[in-house]
Amino acid sequence: MNDFTEIWAYLSRQPLVWLTATLAAYVIGDTCFRAANRAPIVNPVLISVILLAGLLHLTATPYAEYFQGAQFVHFLLGPATVALAFPLWENLPRLRRAAIPILAALTVGSVTAVATALAIAQVLGVQSMPMISLSVKSATAPVAIGISQSMGGSPTLTAVVVILTGICGAMVATPLLNRLGLTDWRARGFALGVAAHGIGTARAFQVHPTAGAFAGLGMALNAVFTALVAPLVLGLFN
Amino acid sequence: MIHAILSLFLCQLLGEALTRTLNLPLPGPVLGMILMLLALRFIPKLAEIMRPVAQGILGHLSLLFVPAGVGVVGHISQLGGQAIGIMAAIVGSTVLAIAAGAITFAVVAKWTGNMDE
Repeated sequence: MNDFTEIWAYLSRQPLVWLTATLAAYVIGDTCFRAANRAPIVNPVLISVILLAGLLHLTATPYAEYFQGAQFVHFLLGPATVALAFPLWENLPRLRRAAIPILAALTVGSVTAVATALAIAQVLGVQSMPMISLSVKSATAPVAIGISQSMGGSPTLTAVVVILTGICGAMVATPLLNRLGLTDWRARGFALGVAAHGIGTARAFQVHPTAGAFAGLGMALNAVFTALVAPLVLGLFN
Repeated sequence: MIHAILSLFLCQLLGEALTRTLNLPLPGPVLGMILMLLALRFIPKLAEIMRPVAQGILGHLSLLFVPAGVGVVGHISQLGGQAIGIMAAIVGSTVLAIAAGAITFAVVAKWTGNMDE
């Protein structure tokens, strides 16, 4: 037992343990997702997060220590965002042809996301600080945190709201869009990227390459658009 | 592969540097994506270099959100007594935004005769 404690004490200071655990949790989450026939309710991000949060809790590991290892995965978010240029380039002629539907769907999707979030929250009596976070929740995390901070919001609360929005979008999109009878992969992917940023885009790539490419575009455009729209709409609610 | 990774890093680095110097309201990686798109457009050879790495990384895009997701669990208490209202706003507005965006795209595409092949 003493040996084990010593080995654990040594290993847990190394980034390797939590880096391995992050990949292992994702492999388990992804395996469940595939075993469930890619059902959106079996979200691989959500499963991995629950497994890891449980493990951190059981081993009394602080998040900062976990992040020592997990940062190597987290770091790749930046290069992955740059890599979204590749599917965009492959679909460039289709994107150009769809410029008008893209702009229309961006405007309607983005304004709906901000306005309905604030309206629902206000009806349910949510107060000022979370309102700021809710107004930017569909934008990709760094943009959302930046805009909310400039309006006096909390970065942590904004990060929580943004991640929850992404997971929610990834889980509801397929059944919702099937029920609406929409079969155009461009429309399905684009709307998901606008409403649920990178996590929605990740889901779109799992479903169809065209949906993935259009989701990536939706995410990028809404990063810019939210910066313009969120402060305006939030002003109407104060 | 190393050339592809270098290209991704260079675009991101340029993006980060430009957004900071010019005080642009978008994150460095998003500008990096636009720079990469321009590079792909004007350097025909780049596409075949980028393809395997881009497809590999985007095929497991979900994985990259796991560390941030784990961080959220520790801060979920930040939602405080307003948790139900906030969750309802997130779920309700996400459903409405996806539906509104997708319907708008499909309807406008139909009006403008812009159907997919």
